[in-house]
Amino acid sequence: MSGPNEPLLEVRDLAVQFFTYQGTVRALEGVSLSVARGEIMGLVGETGCGKSVLARSVLRLIADPPGKITAGAIRFKGRDLLTLSRREMRRIRGNEISMIFQEPMSSLNPVFTVGSQMLEVVALHQAVGREEGRRICVEMLRQVKMPDAEQVLAKYPHELSGGMRQRVMIAMELSCRPDLLLADEPTTALDVTVQAQVLAILEGLTRQRGVAVLFISHDLGVIAQLCDRVAVMYAGGIIETAPAGAIFAAPRHPYTRGLLHAIPRIAARQESLAVIPGSVPSLVDPPPGCRFHPRCAERFFPCDRVVPPFYEPAPGHRVACHLHAGEEGRRSWERS
Amino acid sequence: MRIVSYVLKRLAYLVPVLLGVTLLVFIISHAIPGDPARMMAGQKASREAVENLRRSMGLDRPLYEQYLRYLAGLVQGDLGFSIRNQRPVLEDMRDFFPATLELTLASMLLCVTVGVPLGILSAVRRNRPIDHLSRIFSVFGVSMPVFWLGLMLLLLFYRHLGWLPGSGRLDIGIDPPAFVTGIYLLDSLLAGSLGTFRNALAHILLPAFCLSYVYLAIITRIVRSSMIAVMGLDFITTARANGIAEIVIISKHCLKNALIPTVTITGLSIGELLGGAILTETIFNWPGMGKYVVDSVNFLDFPAIMGFTLVVSFAYVLINLAVDVVYAFLDPQIRY
Ligand SMILES: Nc1ncnc2c1ncn2[C@@H]1O[C@H](COP(=O)(O)OP(=O)(O)OP(=O)(O)O)[C@@H](O)[C@H]1O
Ligand SMILES: [Mg+2]
Repeated sequence: MSGPNEPLLEVRDLAVQFFTYQGTVRALEGVSLSVARGEIMGLVGETGCGKSVLARSVLRLIADPPGKITAGAIRFKGRDLLTLSRREMRRIRGNEISMIFQEPMSSLNPVFTVGSQMLEVVALHQAVGREEGRRICVEMLRQVKMPDAEQVLAKYPHELSGGMRQRVMIAMELSCRPDLLLADEPTTALDVTVQAQVLAILEGLTRQRGVAVLFISHDLGVIAQLCDRVAVMYAGGIIETAPAGAIFAAPRHPYTRGLLHAIPRIAARQESLAVIPGSVPSLVDPPPGCRFHPRCAERFFPCDRVVPPFYEPAPGHRVACHLHAGEEGRRSWERS
Repeated sequence: MRIVSYVLKRLAYLVPVLLGVTLLVFIISHAIPGDPARMMAGQKASREAVENLRRSMGLDRPLYEQYLRYLAGLVQGDLGFSIRNQRPVLEDMRDFFPATLELTLASMLLCVTVGVPLGILSAVRRNRPIDHLSRIFSVFGVSMPVFWLGLMLLLLFYRHLGWLPGSGRLDIGIDPPAFVTGIYLLDSLLAGSLGTFRNALAHILLPAFCLSYVYLAIITRIVRSSMIAVMGLDFITTARANGIAEIVIISKHCLKNALIPTVTITGLSIGELLGGAILTETIFNWPGMGKYVVDSVNFLDFPAIMGFTLVVSFAYVLINLAVDVVYAFLDPQIRY
């Protein structure tokens, strides 16, 4: 079972497909990722590369139909989440693993008060009475530095600002002391100043409580500031993982290098990838071999044929790119 | 409480609304060519007799004076004197209006108790057999003319199967329950006579279904589509990610949101139900306002027509107020 050195979350060879009228969208393929206890893991990649799908898969929130997890395993504290019953899964959601979404404006139910929504979650996972539950909610709201925590419980979401709502979400999602928080671009929709406050609260609370975070963002600046390790995604796969320092100091994958080059020049985050020539490939009919090869300036003969495996050019730094293949790798292409 | 002052305010608005209604009806009914005094005196009466009658009914007075007199009567609870029935209009109302109200309310009840669950079921089991069945049921509902539907229902359930009575509110030989509200279903329960209740229920089933079918169909579709819309929103994903059971998500988190548009439609339907009752009453020989008002119009019985209009508008406004109160209760973003 789960030993002390085993990662908290270990995703192995995960594949997710969406069956649509346009064809089968191969949204994730061969995705492997691990998150250690208490670690903040960043997940970056341009829009549509599958970051949200990955996070949702962990909680088994992929809508079926059209989506399906078609292969792989998601081990959490030694158990494969994909084999759990729905009931067991519900006991994990919001309790051991919780999730915060991008849109603070729409992620709270508009017709219930903040208090009733928070209390519902607390009461669901913890054997506490009304008074105790209320006390936990107020305490959590204080922890996210919500002014007038008591009064906020009686408010409806529309009476709060975006930043306040996102604090409510953080408070709600941490109220059951989860081990893992999936944060899907939790600050992207906020103003820059509010964003900084919310990030500080999120980081402070999770570090203090030892909550591991899978932090999804477009924003490399935020990732650099917050994360211990970073995984870079491209077109449905993870192409590079490394400690945050190493990714920024010595990126190995041509895509990651392009991504990093783009930062200082362009302020708007969304456009930051425009400097990499070409465009994001279709996931219905992705390029063979390395999915990045049509846009890659450094491609050579195996790239359009062989899916690159992971190489480890430095300890803890893994990259899926043929450029980093050793002698052995080269021999294997020549054989095929 | 805010809601109480809101209701009081709305009730105060009732005064100008009803004043407007009386004025409008007064003008329209006097603009219709025809001479009520002549109608009442009969074709063979002498000119002198007609003039006398006209004077005694106050019909020789200027129009504004007739109107003011009428208003003065209203304030004292006097709806005037029916020319045709030769008794106070108020008594007519007491006899006929509850029948129409009962039919309308029963239809609404049917709409809500069948339409809402059917809509939810179709949304949850989208594109499954139950959804297709409910779609067919709804298409029939909106496309069938009421008189034809009524005749078919009579033919099937009364004529061929003999399961349900075909006309009236009670079997001949069964006495109406003691008058409390005039609504037999209620009064019979209040009087504790279950036999009468059962008989009244059997009588109202066909006309109530016939009257409600269109709105039942519309409400089913509205509930279905708004449930589907709400089920795709972010806060539902939040609820799932928090481990809340699907049945709670559907019946609490989704439904309360989806009911908001449903209540709007229901409110709009009420006026049409009241109006539509007239046709249905004719088909099922239901002794309500429908037949009463048609006879009154044929007879140019102004006090009766005005009494009818006044009472129906009053009921309409009150029911709409009730709908608005429900609305305010459902949607916290309503300002009142
Ligand atoms: N319900 C769905 N039906 C069909 N395809 C889907 C569905 N959900 C996601 N996808 C596909 O999966 C891919 C990954 O989507 P995902 O939402 O994970 O991207 P993302 O990396 O989170 O992007 P963003 O940065 O814009 O949030 C996309 O190409 C998208 O088209
Ligand atoms: Mg996303």
